[in-house]
Amino acid sequence: MNSRLASEILALSLEHLELVAITIGIAAAVALPGAVLLARRARTRRWVVGFANIAQTIPSLALFGFLLPLPLIGGIGKRTAIVALCLYALLPILRNSLVGILGVDATVRESAVAMGMTQRQILWQVELPLAVPSIVAGLRIATVATIGTATIAAAIGGGGLGVFIFRGISMVDTPTVLAGAIPAAVMALLADEGLEWIERRLSPA
Amino acid sequence: MPSDPILEIRNVSYAIGGRPILRDISLTVHEGETVVLLGRSGSGKTTLLKAVNGLVHPNSGEIRFEGKPALEWDPIRLRRRMGYVIQDAGLFPHWTVAANIGLVPRLENWNPEKVASRVESLLRDVGLEPAEFEGRYPRQLSGGQKQRVGIARALAADPPLLLLDEPFAALDPITRFDLQRQFLEIRRSGETETGGATAAAKSALFVTHDVREALMLGSRVALLKDGAMDVLATPAEFLAARTPEALAFLASLEDHWRPHE
Repeated sequence: MNSRLASEILALSLEHLELVAITIGIAAAVALPGAVLLARRARTRRWVVGFANIAQTIPSLALFGFLLPLPLIGGIGKRTAIVALCLYALLPILRNSLVGILGVDATVRESAVAMGMTQRQILWQVELPLAVPSIVAGLRIATVATIGTATIAAAIGGGGLGVFIFRGISMVDTPTVLAGAIPAAVMALLADEGLEWIERRLSPA
Repeated sequence: MPSDPILEIRNVSYAIGGRPILRDISLTVHEGETVVLLGRSGSGKTTLLKAVNGLVHPNSGEIRFEGKPALEWDPIRLRRRMGYVIQDAGLFPHWTVAANIGLVPRLENWNPEKVASRVESLLRDVGLEPAEFEGRYPRQLSGGQKQRVGIARALAADPPLLLLDEPFAALDPITRFDLQRQFLEIRRSGETETGGATAAAKSALFVTHDVREALMLGSRVALLKDGAMDVLATPAEFLAARTPEALAFLASLEDHWRPHE
């Protein structure tokens, strides 16, 4: 392997990581407060989770296609890629956070109310701390999935390791495909392991 | 009656979807008194306890606590003046024993040293060595120990009324008897040195389906049947009660089962 290829792998890996980090950052910034707001609103919750479910079923390549002609969030480049990736990352984070908050043992919540805690105190002191492992699990699932899906971002000029993969496909050159696929797979495995470790560390019980 | 009423329940009725849960219940709990709500599953005893705590709202009738209608109380203030203990303790799994017990004092902004010394003395009161148990998490406790912590948590801010919902029902018989005796002791001794101004014994509303427990712990026994008050009597009077429901409960006392010779 020559050094030019090595440095290109490194550069595209970093670009890939950047796409993933921005995506997860935005998705978490929307989904976490969203979960807190939706936890007490059953009806709205069904609508929002339903919408996120539908977004999840759109094939990623098709979604990129849909976004291309749109103003502001569309067009060629990173921004469109990040918008699409966010739509995919939202659901696992939102759903896992909700599962964590709503999954708190009913007797624990009942005694919190009966002891005279306010709804706000119950949320911050009881429900959210107990939901942390589930929230981290959602972040883990979203991160691993985004690392994979982000390779498709190259199709619309989003950059990242997908550049190798699409180049390799058009040149019918397997080593070039692998130069993108292997680092992406390694990145996904490392993210999975790392976040699983954090998840275990934060489990209260 | 010896002293002022702490809790007055007047003609309280409650129904869900047309199905009556409580029917015209009236009951007064005086200072220092333990009234046991006895009844089968579904008799409405837990619902009555929840109505006192403001967790359910009666359709008619009135509940007065410390002389003031419950509806005029801020529900948060009301609940902090009532200790609450449930069957499987409902301890917060992510907090240590000390943090669990200190909850209401912390919510009431006691200073940390005062909370710590209160927690320590409460642990002693319920028979747990503070140095050994303070730092433990609920998952590291046996059922009986959890229940002791639950009682200590309910007593923490020295509430004038304790609400207990089958607190000992899930325990083995030996542990249960031990905790029942300890409960009597805590009630009789009233407050210990850190307890504040009132030296009076606690008032309590205690839900159980165990007639033995009712007679042992109650100053009075309130027997509920299908959401209505069937018998309201002292334990001695209760033994002489002759309603069908009372007889059914008393029959379980006389069942001296022996293995075959």
